[in-house]
Amino acid sequence: MPYKREMLGVEMVLATTGIATVMAVAACFAMGAEAEKKTLQIEGSSTVGPIAEAFAEAFMEANPNVQMTVKMTGSGDGAAALIDGRCQIATMSRSMKPAEYQKAVEKNVTPCPHAVAMDGVCAVVHPSNPLTAITRVLLRDIYTGEISNWKDLGGPDMPIVVISRDTSSGTYEVFAEKVMGKDKMSEKVEYVNSNPQAQARVKTTAGAVGYVGLGFLDASVKALTVDGVVPTRKTIATGVYPISRPLFLFTNGYPELGTTAHAFCTFFLTEKGQEIIEAKGFVPLTNY
Amino acid sequence: MAQAADAVEARLRGAAAEFDRPLLLTPRENLAGYAGSHVGRAALFLVTATSVVAVLLIFVFIIREAVAFFINPAALPPLDPTSAASVLAWAQAALGSIGARLAELLGGTQWYPQAASPEFGVLAILVGSSYVTGGALLIAVPVGLLAAVCLSDILPFGARQAVKPVVEILAAIPSVAYGFFAVLVLAPWMQEHLHISTGTNALNAAVILAVMAIPTIVSVSEDSLTAVGRELREASYACGATRAETMVKVIIPAAHSGIIAAVILGMMRAIGETMVVWMASGMAAQVPSPWWNLAQSVRTLTGTIAQEMGETVIGSPHYHALFVLGLVLLVFTFGLNLVTETLLGRMRRQGGKKT
Repeated sequence: MPYKREMLGVEMVLATTGIATVMAVAACFAMGAEAEKKTLQIEGSSTVGPIAEAFAEAFMEANPNVQMTVKMTGSGDGAAALIDGRCQIATMSRSMKPAEYQKAVEKNVTPCPHAVAMDGVCAVVHPSNPLTAITRVLLRDIYTGEISNWKDLGGPDMPIVVISRDTSSGTYEVFAEKVMGKDKMSEKVEYVNSNPQAQARVKTTAGAVGYVGLGFLDASVKALTVDGVVPTRKTIATGVYPISRPLFLFTNGYPELGTTAHAFCTFFLTEKGQEIIEAKGFVPLTNY
Repeated sequence: MAQAADAVEARLRGAAAEFDRPLLLTPRENLAGYAGSHVGRAALFLVTATSVVAVLLIFVFIIREAVAFFINPAALPPLDPTSAASVLAWAQAALGSIGARLAELLGGTQWYPQAASPEFGVLAILVGSSYVTGGALLIAVPVGLLAAVCLSDILPFGARQAVKPVVEILAAIPSVAYGFFAVLVLAPWMQEHLHISTGTNALNAAVILAVMAIPTIVSVSEDSLTAVGRELREASYACGATRAETMVKVIIPAAHSGIIAAVILGMMRAIGETMVVWMASGMAAQVPSPWWNLAQSVRTLTGTIAQEMGETVIGSPHYHALFVLGLVLLVFTFGLNLVTETLLGRMRRQGGKKT
């Protein structure tokens, strides 16, 4: 664990600082300033949480004198924590609601969003399925149970096996928000508890339809175009693909330039930051 | 002091015919021994009590969280213990709220706890749990019992010594591994060879749970079959019974209490198992139609709790509803335990009368 060794390093620097204080004032001054521990509290969405956690890890490795804690509870809790001053950075998988903004202003907090990544969800079917395109309306009809056989969509006469992620996942949230709207999923819908499992179920079931994050697409399942848009990094990053949403970090005002918070909120622009986002199955915000 | 020592001496001499030393010393005779025996007894009692207290605390905690689903104190009229009318109004509102919630739970199959207007119909989930458990037992009990008979009476001793540890290894495989097998191997196989449209269904979960329950059933019932002993078997053969008659009419009846215990243990494993049913059952909160169709996806109590507890808002009706499911599970297993205890007791008494 290189991270733990860094922690020891911090302590050693601190100890050295202590000795230096006795020995030379000048030396103490330089090292003391460097060794002053900055802590950053990050709290909120469990969808953005893994990104923030990986960012924090990479960040602390590069800056041993920065201490970050990442808590994953939920977007609403992140907003509340930022407003109450319990954290400096709130991670949220949605924008703040007007009521939250109002509460923030009352408490003299100016929430400032930083979109760091896109969360795109692809509708997938078995490779043998002749269907290549679908619309959000038809997807909704499949998930509400109104369409229950592929022949209604021009495919073979085969019952549709509808697969959803569990209702507490962020992927489900995107799908429910962008496809289902106010409609409830049919009671026949099956639930799986991870992206790889959803992929595995669709891969092995001829009549299945499911949805996974873009990072979990591969040749063993077929991604459908939704409303005529092919799900790719570019269409998701540019916001053309309909089943996607931005993921946010929220700070109180734009962070002062040069501070740790500023560096953290712009970390997604670095090469390392983009690698992390992609490794977590999300889409980096770029325009190339 | 000297007197006390004399007294001990006297008692020792008196007891010498049967015992080397007196069974219990009074504090005057041997303070250290007396204190030691009592401290030891207290310590052992505490250790034993811990498990009982733990069970009680679990009950209290789950009941407390589950009760909040039925009664929301904030929604009730203020309670003024001095006025009879106020107490009456409060009780009426509380009973009304309990009744409405109970009707909601038991009256519906629609489980949409996170919808804009949440629905908490738990019937489909209860049906799912009983289908999966019942199906698992239907497979595991005959297979497990036959395997135990084979191990105890038919295979040579050496083969038994080799096979039993292997069967017991089955119990040591982590359930998530069984889950992956269910999703990646059994589900596609069912779709291809049984032409079931979805491979993650009640049958899949039941088969996997049966495989997980079999080691327990085999191991415990084989032990009880072996414990019946040589005498009964030889007596039966001496009366001219064949091996099959001996097995069915003598050995299995004689070992019935152990066999029932084995079945119950296997059943407990099947009801409480979470990861496998979460992955293998498909988690669709529906009552299969037609009702006997085990090839459809179902959802179980344990799977629902595991899937939804992660992100419910603490204190919300959904959170408390999950505790109601937990309470149902607890009452179910507790009730089963009681039933089997009384059943076992009765069978033992009947057995006693016959002989």
